[in-house]
Amino acid sequence: MNLLKKLTLFALIFITANFAFAQNETNQGAKEEAFEPGELIMEHIGDAYEWHVATFGDFHLSLPLPCIVYSEKTGLHVFSSSNLHHGEQEFEGFRISESENYKGKLVEIIDGEEVRPWDFSITKNVFALLFSVSLISFIFIKMKKYYENNKGKAPHGFFNALELVVLFVRDDIAYASLGKKHGDKFMPFLMTVFFFIFINNLLGLIPILPGGANVTGNIAVTCVLALFVFVITTINGKKEYWLDIFWPKGTPWWLKMPPILPAVEIMGMFTKPIVLMVRLFANITAGHIIALGFFSLIFLFGAKSAGAGYGVSTVSILFTVFMSALELLVAFIQAYVFTLLSSIYFSMAVAEEHEEKPAVN
Amino acid sequence: MNLVTPDFGLLFWMVLSFSILLIILKKFAWKPILKMLQDREDEISKSLEAANQAKAQMEKLNAENEEILKQARSEREAILREAKAAKDKIVSEAQTAAKLEADKIITAAKNEIAAEKEAAMGELSAKVAELSVEIAEKILKRELATEDKQNGYVKELVKEISLN
Repeated sequence: MNLLKKLTLFALIFITANFAFAQNETNQGAKEEAFEPGELIMEHIGDAYEWHVATFGDFHLSLPLPCIVYSEKTGLHVFSSSNLHHGEQEFEGFRISESENYKGKLVEIIDGEEVRPWDFSITKNVFALLFSVSLISFIFIKMKKYYENNKGKAPHGFFNALELVVLFVRDDIAYASLGKKHGDKFMPFLMTVFFFIFINNLLGLIPILPGGANVTGNIAVTCVLALFVFVITTINGKKEYWLDIFWPKGTPWWLKMPPILPAVEIMGMFTKPIVLMVRLFANITAGHIIALGFFSLIFLFGAKSAGAGYGVSTVSILFTVFMSALELLVAFIQAYVFTLLSSIYFSMAVAEEHEEKPAVN
Repeated sequence: MNLVTPDFGLLFWMVLSFSILLIILKKFAWKPILKMLQDREDEISKSLEAANQAKAQMEKLNAENEEILKQARSEREAILREAKAAKDKIVSEAQTAAKLEADKIITAAKNEIAAEKEAAMGELSAKVAELSVEIAEKILKRELATEDKQNGYVKELVKEISLN
């Protein structure tokens, strides 16, 4: 009960904090240009070379992050993003592009042309990623130490709660779809994927540093996760798995002759991870967009009249609180779904005898 | 379009950091944590089983104790009964023996008395006979001192005989 109260308070503080920041931004924007909700939202869910926290008038409070770029012409450059002055200035021939192709990306100006260099910059998302990876390592290594120090005792407190989730992943995801033998084999990957997604989803819900980056709502991140699933599935594919793709049982011979069915089945190999990638990306991004959309409503109405703005803000905040609660649920569900489907794909790969498995996509 | 185009830099960092995370957690967290969880589960189920076994054993022991107690009780009763029987037997035997002995003593006494009596009687009759003879001698000496008196007695005796 106490925890629930704390959490509610936590959420409220962050939501109002976010609200205040957003208002600052628009107050400034109102003077110069009309409020553009689309741009605000895209900026929040996209990537950036600095971690923008708040803007007070002309002062931008942000964490500068290192830019690491390798140009084929001028070699390696490492510099702080503060040199770019929030995209207003050029540095060592690099600037943040405003053109259609490379909008928001670091480009090198070569003979007046914008050229995209190999960009290894620690961007906002990379920074958040490194932070969450350290956090996850820290938590679970701590958990291991806790168990070592408390051998033979009943766990309590934080690690007891965490243990519940670990057991959930083990029993209801890994063992449920893979069985004990194969479950143990894929367990480290499934555990890591689950907690990586879950913790990053939760961090994404915290509006200020070090949370608030849209890590699991970034297609590159989900793409790599899906890639891992694809590679593991393909490497572990047993005879039955490939037979199922190239010469499935119970299908008339003329249908399974190339090119029709094998082509479909091979496509299926790729669509499975692609679906994983898109689902996670779309769910998390959509959640962020909706929450920001409700805030934008306040300022859209506020621009018409102050009264309407205040009126809408009540409704908007209520909706945002509701959405935040929903996002907490989504954070868990998406981690669960990704891990469950991964384990089901693995189980298809390692299935030893041919079984009719329900098609899951 | 920017949103759905994976960024090369982020892809690179993600592959790197996720691989490292996977390796670190696999080695330093998941293996030991899952092993310890498994160990603890095994231990719990083993302990439960042991507790159940102990309980069953306790019950068995209790039943055995009860049995032993019951046996002991019946044995005690048996012993008591036996003892009582033995006592009765001893007492009755002693009584019979005593009675027999007494009878024997009595008979012996009686016999002795009878023998003594007989001996006394024999002695007495011998004495009486002797005395009688003496007396008779003395009487006869006096009565049959004259002829007349001898004849008179003979006559009387003859008379008596003819009467018979």
